[in-house]
Amino acid sequence: MIQVRCPYCDALLPEQEFAYAGQAHIARPEDPSAETDEAWRDYLYIRSNTRGLHKERWRHVHGCGRFFNAIRDTVSDRIQETYRMFETPAGGSADE
Amino acid sequence: MRFSFLSLMRNAMAGQSLWTPQWPQVEPKPFYDAIIVGAGGHGLGAAYYLAKEHGITNVAVLDKGWLGGGNTGRNTTIIRSNYLYDESAGLYDHALKLWESLSQELNYNVMFSQRGVLMLAHTVHDIQVFKRHVYANQRLGIDNEWLTPAEAQAYCPPLNISADARYPVLGAALQRRGGVARHDAVAWGYARAAAERGVDIIQNCAAVSIRRDADGRVAGVDTERGFIGAKKVAVSVAGNTSPLMESAGVRLPLESYPLQALVSEPVKPVMPCVVMSNTVHGYISQSDKGELVIGSGTDQYISYSQRGALHIVEETVAAICELFPTFSRMRMLRNWGGIVDVTPDRSPIVGKTPVPGLYVNCGWGTGGFKATPGSAHVFAHTIARDEPHGLNAPFHLDRFRTGRLIDEAAAAAVAH
Ligand SMILES: Cc1cc2nc3c(=O)[nH]c(=O)nc-3n(C[C@H](O)[C@H](O)[C@H](O)COP(=O)(O)OP(=O)(O)OC[C@H]3O[C@@H](n4cnc5c(N)ncnc54)[C@H](O)[C@@H]3O)c2cc1C
Ligand SMILES: [Zn+2]
Repeated sequence: MIQVRCPYCDALLPEQEFAYAGQAHIARPEDPSAETDEAWRDYLYIRSNTRGLHKERWRHVHGCGRFFNAIRDTVSDRIQETYRMFETPAGGSADE
Repeated sequence: MRFSFLSLMRNAMAGQSLWTPQWPQVEPKPFYDAIIVGAGGHGLGAAYYLAKEHGITNVAVLDKGWLGGGNTGRNTTIIRSNYLYDESAGLYDHALKLWESLSQELNYNVMFSQRGVLMLAHTVHDIQVFKRHVYANQRLGIDNEWLTPAEAQAYCPPLNISADARYPVLGAALQRRGGVARHDAVAWGYARAAAERGVDIIQNCAAVSIRRDADGRVAGVDTERGFIGAKKVAVSVAGNTSPLMESAGVRLPLESYPLQALVSEPVKPVMPCVVMSNTVHGYISQSDKGELVIGSGTDQYISYSQRGALHIVEETVAAICELFPTFSRMRMLRNWGGIVDVTPDRSPIVGKTPVPGLYVNCGWGTGGFKATPGSAHVFAHTIARDEPHGLNAPFHLDRFRTGRLIDEAAAAAVAH
């Protein structure tokens, strides 16, 4: 079990209060019907599955209910930082 | 060295001193016709079938650790073939048929035991889904039958079917041909049989990246112990597939999650079959040594840590104690985790890649042990002929572009 800091509640809480919600910062196609099959495949299914620092979304389901982002090391499972939606993390840029 | 009644007798007389190593320790050669990365059951099996059925023996199998040390040696060994879709049922039943003769084929006792796999239904939705599976399977000639709670308990006496249980048993699907096997023996049996036919098994040799030549074709593998050239490279590294394939420029629809299992102290025979409950994420059988072997669900986040969170195991154990109150005082001896590579449709990817000469076998997720002989067999075919076998053709990577998924995820919610 890991502990996660909700950046809205500003509280460090056990993982069970949260739901993991997959890789962060995947942009939805702006003009869906103009996209190629390859672009749809990449958007829907291809994931970085990073070994190392991974930007991911979490949701504080048993708390404020909000989505936020985290940077977590997938080898140690340790969370480096969490940040609000549309914020830039202290450690770098919001895109991959 | 082959096992026979005579060799067992001789060694019994000689204090077990006449055994020889089952495969040699070898140094990598500079070049192979084919390199298989990953010495799990799938990779070792593919090497064996390459040598035996396709005459390709200039083959190396590389592993970053020891052979069978990945998910092959960490899983709860449930074997069944009652999947929903024709494509899956075809591939998994191909494997089940190979399991039935594998010990003879390899001259190695893989302890395949067809004691039956009972899948419990706890909700109305479970009942509908399982019955749909039963009818779909029967239509294909694959055994799967529906049992009432009383029939399920007759098949598995320790099962609690009382109506006030926290997870009441409303019925069960039973595949009698399903069962378990000795996981290590599968890796060892394939390793010995492949080595006998000239395959080099190279342990403690991690593949760091895949090298391509100027035309984009595969050229070989950069390893911890230097570059090894190859005409063909086949990747079969389960949870570690994404980073390695990325080095060849192939991005995959995979996510790697920890999956855990645990075993109890050994006791006298008490569990006659395998019981699975997808709804509460509890999977249980008894090994021939007497330990209860219990499988959990995955953690919620992706990870390469090869260990999972304790609360996941705790939930599983709570569910098992509800289903089998008699096990509540059993002590657990060990727990561990493996990293499983999960696809969006919970079906594997076995086939060619956009890189000429590069093949991939992955995405078996939480349920690929059962497929080991079948997967290895069709993967070898794909590598040798540069085209898929009929049974793995639908499991092509391109299905995520065409949209022709094999959606066992929607069919079962979990894919054991
Ligand atoms: C706890 C648990 C329970 C499970 N229960 C079941 C079950 O009941 N029934 C079922 O059917 N399936 C089950 N599974 C799934 C099953 O174990 C796997 O799908 C199957 O064993 C995969 O076999 P494999 O040969 O592809 O992979 P592995 O056995 O994992 O082999 C891959 C090998 O590749 C090596 N490797 C990785 N990266 C590299 C690299 N860069 N270079 C060189 N080598 C590398 C690893 O060391 C490893 O030995 C379970 C899995 C787990 C973890
Ligand atoms: Zn919150």
